[in-house]
Amino acid sequence: MNIEARLALDRGEFRLEATFSMPAEGVTALFGPSGCGKTTLLRAFAGLEACPGGYLAIAGERWQDERLSLPPHRRAIGYVFQEADLFPHLSVRGNLEYGWRRVERSRRRVDFDQVVALMGLASILNRFPDGLSGGERQRVAIARALLSSPRLLLMDEPLAALDAASKAEILPFLERLHGELKIPLLYVSHAADEVARLADHLLLMDRGRIVAAGAVADLLTRVDLPLARRQDAETLIEARVAGHDREFGLTHVDFPGGRFIVSGRDLPAGAPVRLRILARDVSLTLERQSGTSILNIFPATVEELATTGPAQVTVRLSAGGVPVLSRITRRSAALLGLEPGKALYIQVKSVALLA
Amino acid sequence: MASPEGLSATDLSALWVTLKLASLTTVLLLLFGTPLAWWLAHSRSRLKPVLESLVALPLVLPPTVLGFYLLVVLGPQGPVGRLLQSFGGQPLAFTFAGLVVGSTLYSLPFVVQPLQAAFTAIGRRPLEVAATLRASPMDRFFSVALPMARPGFLTATVLGFAHTVGEFGVVLMIGGNIPGRTRVLSIAIYDHVEALEYGHAHRLAAALLLSSFLMLLVVYGLNRRRGAIRR
Repeated sequence: MNIEARLALDRGEFRLEATFSMPAEGVTALFGPSGCGKTTLLRAFAGLEACPGGYLAIAGERWQDERLSLPPHRRAIGYVFQEADLFPHLSVRGNLEYGWRRVERSRRRVDFDQVVALMGLASILNRFPDGLSGGERQRVAIARALLSSPRLLLMDEPLAALDAASKAEILPFLERLHGELKIPLLYVSHAADEVARLADHLLLMDRGRIVAAGAVADLLTRVDLPLARRQDAETLIEARVAGHDREFGLTHVDFPGGRFIVSGRDLPAGAPVRLRILARDVSLTLERQSGTSILNIFPATVEELATTGPAQVTVRLSAGGVPVLSRITRRSAALLGLEPGKALYIQVKSVALLA
Repeated sequence: MASPEGLSATDLSALWVTLKLASLTTVLLLLFGTPLAWWLAHSRSRLKPVLESLVALPLVLPPTVLGFYLLVVLGPQGPVGRLLQSFGGQPLAFTFAGLVVGSTLYSLPFVVQPLQAAFTAIGRRPLEVAATLRASPMDRFFSVALPMARPGFLTATVLGFAHTVGEFGVVLMIGGNIPGRTRVLSIAIYDHVEALEYGHAHRLAAALLLSSFLMLLVVYGLNRRRGAIRR
């Protein structure tokens, strides 16, 4: 099942013209620079911006076409705004029940207590919004949106207004959400690290248009797109826990290109994990090095090179079919004679394991 | 003929007429002023400044001017007066109903302006949030806008009431001074002063002064406490 959208609107200088399709499951990140129209697109999804002539269908249910445009309250969306925007005159419980009560009993698809527990709100149900911390408020806002049993959850940079500590507090909740509820999430962000942690799919937006759409691991490593040109260009690898090396406190993680050895994490064998590798932590050698402290060395083939700085190239490689980015100096690339198809070894200096 | 409180029967009836007038006027103003204030707070129409000016007129106009025009319009020869008579009714001049009409217009800005300010302060966002939580437009108004505008309603109610209690010029022009029907406190005080009954005037004036002060104190006190708790 898919979400199909064709939305266009004019706001003087700004023109939104977004046509795309995304899976109606998992987390889709809408990523792009500030002012590129991410929020406007989200508001058009919710029916908060009129988009005459647009088309929007959520898993077969049509919300908008040439003749029809459902008003916001008739669309089964949950919307989390950048500021939590809790109702100040209602307690936390009152806020949570606002949307919950307005959905017919037979159409409710989440359990009140389950959501309260999921978002860790049981102890603050009777408090009022002005007594809550920024992180607590945003958790209430997310739970409130979930409790209206949405078929699609929209989040507009829910972490942007929070300080680093509150961000760190919320992220695990968002990850649990991802894991436990089967509600598709469209998540607006301009922070690449949030995207790396949360997203399965990516919509890349620039100046009112969707410039690329696809699986997050693919788009992150496409050297023709801005993501791979960032200072913090990175690779995401879906992998599985293979076992543990108790003696040295290490965990073995398998992916199609080989076996990673990372610092020990208490996860059962077979557990899916996501590995994150910065392009600048991947170096290239023509022969397999021995006598090195680096544990993670894999054979790979060069696929594509792009100059991404005066002295820098970004190389996209394939390790057992999995794309990996490496950032090296132009000089090294010339010395190694890099060109598409060349076989060599990648050495990964540092891996982050996102469970 | 002094009552235990020291007010004469005519003074008591003036007090009764005043309270009746102010209560009725306030209720009418809240009923009609709320949608008007809502429209003013949310409209982008070019008519908005025109309506805002009309609403604010009673603030700057001498009450006698408003009273004079009302007398002309509502009197037996006026358009509204004639219309009422053609339906077998009475012209409104020199009646309690006429007073209600006059007071409603005269106190309009004191109700509409605080409400408009309160609605504007809420902004669109809470209503959008409510919309995404399945609330219809009516539902949003009653479940979000009204409760969030509560301090504005309190201010509007008390100002509308108190200002009607204190009016003089409009009442004199269109209500006359008919004891038990259109004779209100402010006119009773004026009559006492004219008759050099300063003692009576003092009692009524002091009662008005004190009750007005107490009403305002309640409003500002409540609004301050809400502010401290909720923001």
